[in-house]
Amino acid sequence: MHDFRFKPFESMTPADYETVGFKSGLEIHQQLLTSRKLFCRCPAGRYSDHYDAEILRHMRPTLSELGEYDGTALMEFKTKKEIIYRIHRDTVCTYEMDDTPPFPMNEEALDIAIAIGMMFDCDVVDELHIARKQYLDGSIPTGFQRSAIYCLNGKIPYRGREVRIVQMSIEEDSCREVSDAGHERTYLTDRLGMPLIETVTAPDMKTPFEVAEVAELCRWLARSTGTVRTGIGAARQDVNVSVTGGTRIEIKGVPRIPHIPLLTYNEAKRQWNLLRLREELHRRGITPQTIQARSENVTRLVRKTRYLPVQEAIAAGLEVNCVALRGFRGLLRWETQTGTFFSREISDRVRVVACLTTLPNIIHSDSPSESLATSEWQSVRKAMSATDDDTLVLVWGNEQDVDTGAKEIVIRAREATIGIPSETRQALRDGTNGFERILPGADRMYPDTDLPPKRITDDRLEKIRRTLPIGYWSRESRYRSLGVPDDLIVSLSVSRFASLFEQVTNDWHLPPKLAAVVLAQLPKRMRREGLRVGHITQEVFGEIFSAYNSGKLAKEGIYTVLKKVAQSGSFSAGLLPPPCSEQELSEVIKRAKEEVRRMEVRHPEKQHEILMGLVMRDVRGKIDGARVAERVAKEVE
Amino acid sequence: MANESFKGYRGEALEVLKSFDAQIWSDVEIRTDRGTYTGIILPRSETADPHHIVLKLRVGYNIGIAARRIRSITIQGRKEAHYKIPEKEFPYDPKRPLVKLLGTGGTIASRLDYRTGAVIPAFSPGELYGSVPELADICNLETEKLYGVFSENMAPEQWRGTAEAIGREIRRGVQGIVIGHGTDTMHHTAAILSFMVQNSPIPIVMVGSQRSSDRPSSDAAFNLMHSVKAAAESDLAEIMVCMFGPTSDMYGLLHRGTRVRKMHSSYRSTFRTIGDIPLAMVSREKITPLTHDYKRRRSDRNVVINTAFEELVSIVYYYPNMRPDIIDSLIDNGYKGIVIAGTGLGHVNKPLYPALRRAQEKNIAVYMTVQTLWGYVQMYVYDTGRDMMELGVVPMANMLPEVAYVKLGWALGQTNDLAKVREIMFTPIAGEITEREPSNGYLIFQGGIPEVEEFISKYRK
Repeated sequence: MHDFRFKPFESMTPADYETVGFKSGLEIHQQLLTSRKLFCRCPAGRYSDHYDAEILRHMRPTLSELGEYDGTALMEFKTKKEIIYRIHRDTVCTYEMDDTPPFPMNEEALDIAIAIGMMFDCDVVDELHIARKQYLDGSIPTGFQRSAIYCLNGKIPYRGREVRIVQMSIEEDSCREVSDAGHERTYLTDRLGMPLIETVTAPDMKTPFEVAEVAELCRWLARSTGTVRTGIGAARQDVNVSVTGGTRIEIKGVPRIPHIPLLTYNEAKRQWNLLRLREELHRRGITPQTIQARSENVTRLVRKTRYLPVQEAIAAGLEVNCVALRGFRGLLRWETQTGTFFSREISDRVRVVACLTTLPNIIHSDSPSESLATSEWQSVRKAMSATDDDTLVLVWGNEQDVDTGAKEIVIRAREATIGIPSETRQALRDGTNGFERILPGADRMYPDTDLPPKRITDDRLEKIRRTLPIGYWSRESRYRSLGVPDDLIVSLSVSRFASLFEQVTNDWHLPPKLAAVVLAQLPKRMRREGLRVGHITQEVFGEIFSAYNSGKLAKEGIYTVLKKVAQSGSFSAGLLPPPCSEQELSEVIKRAKEEVRRMEVRHPEKQHEILMGLVMRDVRGKIDGARVAERVAKEVE
Repeated sequence: MANESFKGYRGEALEVLKSFDAQIWSDVEIRTDRGTYTGIILPRSETADPHHIVLKLRVGYNIGIAARRIRSITIQGRKEAHYKIPEKEFPYDPKRPLVKLLGTGGTIASRLDYRTGAVIPAFSPGELYGSVPELADICNLETEKLYGVFSENMAPEQWRGTAEAIGREIRRGVQGIVIGHGTDTMHHTAAILSFMVQNSPIPIVMVGSQRSSDRPSSDAAFNLMHSVKAAAESDLAEIMVCMFGPTSDMYGLLHRGTRVRKMHSSYRSTFRTIGDIPLAMVSREKITPLTHDYKRRRSDRNVVINTAFEELVSIVYYYPNMRPDIIDSLIDNGYKGIVIAGTGLGHVNKPLYPALRRAQEKNIAVYMTVQTLWGYVQMYVYDTGRDMMELGVVPMANMLPEVAYVKLGWALGQTNDLAKVREIMFTPIAGEITEREPSNGYLIFQGGIPEVEEFISKYRK
């Protein structure tokens, strides 16, 4: 059934993705540009690794509103982590410490969020209900994120079709993780509580490249309001991927959009290959009902091993367990993602659930790399009453962790006979992904009893609607007719300078192509060259266009001036090229007159105009055009 | 008012639901002039407005939909919530001590659904074992729900009932008692139980939670473990409050019932021993006494229960420019005892004197405590103090105002003879007056000072 074999990333075609039923959606997190946090009055956007106190907490699963436990919550509880929060008194108050109830929601943040929701053509909800979305990994000290859906059922135009926006929520940002080793996880709390919106798209993207493009569009759309944060960590996305017969898998925390194509390719490939693995298991007669696995303590048998990780574990007084997976021979070497095997699915689970974080944390008999001596494998195999058709997996740790680890190995092996477990996975640098936790469901939602529902009035919506920039798609066709170069249309239409573009082309009659290049292309070029574009504001562009319009600045001089602004931090008239002297102008006019004289002029009445053109050619950007005209007129008389 | 099928809805929202016969818990598709939504109709808080319908979307979020926008509601099914904490039989081990958990209310052992106003108890041993299985490593547990009230509604009736239940359990031979209680008035109840239950042979530990047990970061589980451990294993045969020491999940403190006070409206480590040090620290692993000055556990079953209480007692928190009519109205309403929380060493202004004289003439017991909480009443230092003693105001040493209030009610419940009342008030029963204040009995660290910050940075808060 799953006969198709994944090609290398570069060779996959849209038809190939259609064959496997590639589907992907995005969850885009965007911080809002407010001065304060969402539910308390701490300053937002101040980051520091410095801290002056620590708090220790544990998380326990609780029931959902509908009376059920969430799977992720139970998994996190199994890990028995101690969570350490580092707090700095300037950025954290007793609210973030979960020692004070929430203050009313930041209205500025809600206005910004609604405006962006309107840009996504969503229906704004009538009444906001704040939910507690459980996170038992400790990334929020309360154990839940305060979050509310405020928009639903939106859409954005994309390549002649629509990408649906399922929902948007306003929520508080989580902590930054510092470390996670063994049974201790440490967080910094400065980012905690900052206002954030999450935009969830439908799984409408059919290839990895579409996912990246739509992510880019959504990001630019939010940025076009000028009210969101930019910079590292200000916008992050989770990507959901599935293939036909697979499961929706969430890849968390993709830091950069250009990483998306390879990550989604690898996830699709992983799912496809896991489905193929299931077929192989069923072919071997291994099903959820028939799977056989047993686990034994084999510390005694490997006591004298020279394989270093196990040798060290035994020296440290740890236990070694062996799990025999009946009939699994070779399957732990089954390729899942590029250069990654099924054994990593198991190792990841053991790392996360049993907290055996020092790698390698397992070894297995399918591995071609050196581990135990052959004789040691044999004695273990004998003790486990295993045959050559079975795969042996060794895991080591303290008595409790090794027991959890062995159980988790069996759980993950059994899941392979069922299909693809619902998980959230973490994006890795090499374009693959690793297990993070079991995918949480609706059961982790609980109404926040600390704050009442909040009505969003029609008046408020009207007021916000009046402040909205125009949607980028409505600008696109106009730009095309104005002759804006194709490659600049999208970036200009979502740029924060889009309204300036309208102004300079309509009111100041600047050539649209020139304005587009200056506003959309030059800042990119500066960024590429490592220049800071933060100082390049609307006002700076205004000054430059006005200098250009009055003839003080030539087209060719614009980039040089922008660079000077970036270096000096602000615009001043002194940054313009030196003005042309009267003497220089006289010489230019003299040369131009000679040139005209040599021409065959068919319409003598246009002679004045031609002369003016020739003079301007040489002095544009250096002298006011009106003064040139004055002098030229005098000369002609 | 709506019936159960439309719980919490009224006005236009109720009308719309009724017109489509859409009861709560219905799985519906709602078409509005803004869009179409599917989910489950939830009950609405009765304090919320009458204009919106609450829908739980498939993703688990709730939203409110304006009733006036609704065009149609199609009912597709029904899914009613059943809150049920997974119940597992509490294991019995003959080697472990028997602890009795008495419930009065609060969030320690129940989960409150503010939305519907329902109390969902996690209180049977099986339910507690299901949510805090660690308890079974400490003791054999029995539970009994005495009341289910917010702590502000605890009153003499509940105090008496609780004291009697304690007496019963001690005579039955349990090795320790834990009392689940809301935190707001836990120190009032701890104080009155210290007088109503005397000479207990076993630990009696009051416990609650500052973050309700429906939150993953709740302090409830730790507080339960700490209190059950203290009740089962400790040598401290006193009425105590067991709550977080630091805000971190590290250890609890055992505070003497007459010296403890809730000092922060929301912090986990809100309970503090005032004017003395706590009796002990308790973690999941061990109990560490901080003093030798406590009553030891005994093997007998002798206990004195005295539940007398006069309810016509009041506490008056003095403020500048207080007028005598405050005192006069108490006198006119037949109050028999007044505890004043005075300024500084125990003062009130002169305009109150005529009212205090009237109280003296009417044979009303008036006692002076300090609103500074820390320190002793000393009415000899200034003339005003001496004047007041002339007027029959009795200085109450360093007894906390709330403790003086419950003790005066208890004393007046036993006699109307003011000399006898005075004798009872000054007879130490459970450490309510300390003869001396140790130098570390008053320690409120001032944040921001370099040495304090240095100290805090070394320990988890």
